[in-house]
Amino acid sequence: MELTVISGKGGTGKTTIAMALSELAKDVVKADCDVDAPNLYLFYKGRDIKKEYFYGGKKAVIDKKFCTDCKECEKVCQFDAIKDGIVNPFKCEGCGACTLVCPQKAVRLKEEKTADVYITQTNKGIISRAQMEVGSEGSGKLITQLRSNARKFSDENILIIIDGSPGIGCPVISSITGSDAVLIVTEPTQSGLEDFVRVMELCRHFGVLTFACINKYDINDKMAGEIGGFCRENDVYVIGKIPYDDTVMKSINELKPIVHYEGSKANQAIRKMWDNIQEYINRINQ
Amino acid sequence: MNIAILSGKGGTGKTTVSTNLSTIIGANYIDCDVEEPNGFIFLNPSQIKREEVQVDYPVVDSNRCTLCGDCAKVCQFHALVRTKKDIMLFEKLCHGCHACEIVCKQGALTFEKREIGIIEEGRYGNLICRRGILNVGEPMAVPVIKKLLKNFPTGINLIDCAPGTSCNVVNSLQYADSAILVTEPSVFGFHDLKMAVQLVRNFHLPFGVIINKYNAEDDRVQKYCEKEDINILGAIPYRREAAEAYSSGKMIVELPEYKEIFEEIAKRLREVFPWN
Ligand code: SF4
Ligand code: SF4
Repeated sequence: MELTVISGKGGTGKTTIAMALSELAKDVVKADCDVDAPNLYLFYKGRDIKKEYFYGGKKAVIDKKFCTDCKECEKVCQFDAIKDGIVNPFKCEGCGACTLVCPQKAVRLKEEKTADVYITQTNKGIISRAQMEVGSEGSGKLITQLRSNARKFSDENILIIIDGSPGIGCPVISSITGSDAVLIVTEPTQSGLEDFVRVMELCRHFGVLTFACINKYDINDKMAGEIGGFCRENDVYVIGKIPYDDTVMKSINELKPIVHYEGSKANQAIRKMWDNIQEYINRINQ
Repeated sequence: MNIAILSGKGGTGKTTVSTNLSTIIGANYIDCDVEEPNGFIFLNPSQIKREEVQVDYPVVDSNRCTLCGDCAKVCQFHALVRTKKDIMLFEKLCHGCHACEIVCKQGALTFEKREIGIIEEGRYGNLICRRGILNVGEPMAVPVIKKLLKNFPTGINLIDCAPGTSCNVVNSLQYADSAILVTEPSVFGFHDLKMAVQLVRNFHLPFGVIINKYNAEDDRVQKYCEKEDINILGAIPYRREAAEAYSSGKMIVELPEYKEIFEEIAKRLREVFPWN
């Protein structure tokens, strides 16, 4: 069983919730697919038991020894990545068209390391995670690799919780496709609603079972109502509503998952949501 | 003068800073967070013009194609696959590079265009507001960002970038003369700030930091900036009124306290990145 937690955009409490759920689930493998801002492992003491390089793309390189500056490569490049025999690595998409037209065979594609991929053993189980090279693409391929690494450490009975990527692009598409269920965390703000609509459409587009959770629902009751109404119209079950709670900020700064704060309102709401999720999981497994 | 607004991750207040600052300093606003463009909610520009963003994709002429499979072999993105009957295209994987066309000996490939998003441009008073919107289900944002940043309005432009330090951000940074990094004083915020700093340093851009959700008890960002010799452009405290204004799509500079804060930031900005 794989549960992916996503949000239209960052800062909605997605990581806090993904982490709280994995604490409650106990026996769980975690994958931090928010590769742009991987924060999950910061909460745990752990050690990396495996590290691999990830080659996420290719870049053209020109061997100056052979180049006659005929500019054939420059003409054919659709991404304006070559100028005067110099490849701009930020623009190059690694398509290789330049390698096909160079009369001197001076251009070739070189594999580019875009991330370090880790398996981290923590006091609370395994985390599959990556550290991207700054400025690299958080590609779908990398997410797929992180998910498959997580799967190697779990069996059918162990839940995998994925802290998904923000947005609606390539990384998030790879985070949700093939997942058993997706939990969208949203906030009752105007922008929260817009982002929610887009990411929910995406989940439907790919046909995954989708739940919603409204975080800080009480900061704007009207907006929360609108999101709830929108979910009803689209058959998305609001599986949890979490009140605004200062303890959440405190838990982040103390690096202690929110479920360990007994008096916290958010904690109680998340526990209730977890019961609801479990009920669903049990029903699916029957 | 193009100023990019970055954040290590989402939710730090990048759009709040960009939209409010653009009205205070009189800068055009360009929303490059094409996966979730939220800036127009606050600026609500009028007289919107729309333009499609299109990308190329190959079409196979089955009368000419001999199924040699050279096109599929050369495609780095696995967008073309040879089957027993035909050449199949996975259009969302295609980058429109034309490599397949170059290798096809039969001249069986031609290119057509399809829409992956739109660009919108409108006005907020004298200011020009522009944004790109990626269609839902489309994986590649870069062509939308490129088209959005092809021409700039004259004057100062604030470029509201995508969150994080990914290729979408890199593509926006190519066009920037300086950068503002928005961060928040938390363990997460701080961790992500360091990555954003590394990125702008790679581009050799002058930059400064704005601390959002400022909290006097936590001074790790200040200490870090001091040590690294980074300019702090301002600090924006967190208040429930501001969160409420934000949640209903209002500009926080409508609150006098915040207007003053943004005016201070604007002043500081002129000292740090001299323009005119
Ligand atoms: S096509 Fe080859 S020889 Fe001509 S400019 Fe490019 S790299 Fe140099
Ligand atoms: S290279 Fe040309 S002829 Fe060969 S399979 Fe592709 S389209 Fe057909």
